[in-house]
Amino acid sequence: MSSKPMDQVTWQEIDLGAILTEPGSARDYNTGDWRSQHPVWTKSRCIRCGVCWTVCPEGGISEEPGGYFDMNTYCKGCGICAKECVTGCISMVPEEE
Amino acid sequence: MAHRVGMEVSIAISHAVQMCRAEAIAAYPITPQTHIVEHLSSMVANGELDAEFVNVESEHSAMSTCIGMSATGARTYTATSSQGLALMNEILFITSALRLPIVMTVANRALSGPLSIWNDHGDIMAARDIGWIQIFVENGQEAFDHSVMAFKIAENHQVLLPTIINLDGFILSHVVEAMEFPDQELVDKFLPPYHPRYSLDPAKPVTMGAFAMPEVYTECKMGHQMALTGAYEHILQVWKEWGDLTGRHYQPVEKYRTEGAKTLLLTMGCLSEVAEVAVDEMRESGLEVGLLKLRMWRPFPFADLRSAVAGAKHVIVCDRALSLGGAAPPVLAEVRSALYAMRGRPQTSSFVIGLGGRDIAPNAFKEIVAQALEEAQQKPTQEYHIFGVRG
Repeated sequence: MSSKPMDQVTWQEIDLGAILTEPGSARDYNTGDWRSQHPVWTKSRCIRCGVCWTVCPEGGISEEPGGYFDMNTYCKGCGICAKECVTGCISMVPEEE
Repeated sequence: MAHRVGMEVSIAISHAVQMCRAEAIAAYPITPQTHIVEHLSSMVANGELDAEFVNVESEHSAMSTCIGMSATGARTYTATSSQGLALMNEILFITSALRLPIVMTVANRALSGPLSIWNDHGDIMAARDIGWIQIFVENGQEAFDHSVMAFKIAENHQVLLPTIINLDGFILSHVVEAMEFPDQELVDKFLPPYHPRYSLDPAKPVTMGAFAMPEVYTECKMGHQMALTGAYEHILQVWKEWGDLTGRHYQPVEKYRTEGAKTLLLTMGCLSEVAEVAVDEMRESGLEVGLLKLRMWRPFPFADLRSAVAGAKHVIVCDRALSLGGAAPPVLAEVRSALYAMRGRPQTSSFVIGLGGRDIAPNAFKEIVAQALEEAQQKPTQEYHIFGVRG
């Protein structure tokens, strides 16, 4: 597929059988658009253990400078990190807030 | 030199696949397709065909396996019938969307229920919109020829679409016919080895069958549609090339005694030969009746059909399947759509014949023509008739 934004690609520009010849195309799709809630870390209670990063099924959590963690644009807001957090420092906040 | 053979048509198809040097076959046996894959299996086991034959536990797996094998760049073949085709259904759409040039023989058989092993076109009509090239054959020679040509069509880089050769189960698949087999050298010259545009190769990874977002799904389907309609000219080119080599020429819509015909019967598959006998007899009795045989079902040959009916007053479409509760049986629906925009289009009548192995003799076509002509004088009472149904 061409390097154009997806909503501008014409049918002629799609490879045979909609095959993808370059890896990592999922990066272009910010699945975080889907979420209705997102995790918020209370840093004072975070022990930087990385359990949230480990259990996230979508790679939606990134390590920040200093060893803390935060969500990235792929977080779908499933809440597994908040459920599994060892110290309970993650709370899920509705998206509209 | 080509040589004459007499053999069961199923066996002839397996020889065609052997001569095409198929490299990968995955199939599940189902009546009446069984003899084809049974013989291919023997050929592979006996070392007469250098191919991988994968035994699977279902047709869903057969087509899935074929996808995998074709995706590695292997020339891939399978065959099925009826329930087997229905069980494959989900995968059939994926095969064509991935543009994998798998060739499949469908020995047409009625769908259950009630359970029937006998012939009609209900199976393939339920798979009408799978995005494959679909061809119907009338006799053993056509079955052989089109099996060979199917690989060449499917593997053409301007086409790259899976292709189905439909032949009527039992009444064609199991009859012994005289055929002409070309030499292996001719087939090798006609059909060079398959070179895929893309294949599964660890040295050059690609993603096949990726997710498509709403932003591009429509464009993907447009590409598929353009490929299938665009395949038309390449199909004709391959048919011409084969015709020049063998003397056997094929057309999307074949005409039989249509000169000056006011009334045209239209059939698909091997009942066309029965209809020919009826047309001969009706012509002898002075009726201006001709026969159209629809060979190319997908892509649908609109222009050929319109030109074939030009001058006729009445087209009688004989379907071998029903579209229960629908506007028309499948072939009639296509034909009517194709003719609707035509100035001075002929009237159409519709008869559903030969369901689930019901025998159709030449007299049936004479009765159909007589009934259609009679009704043409009056207002039609039904959208279509199920011919010969009791009660």
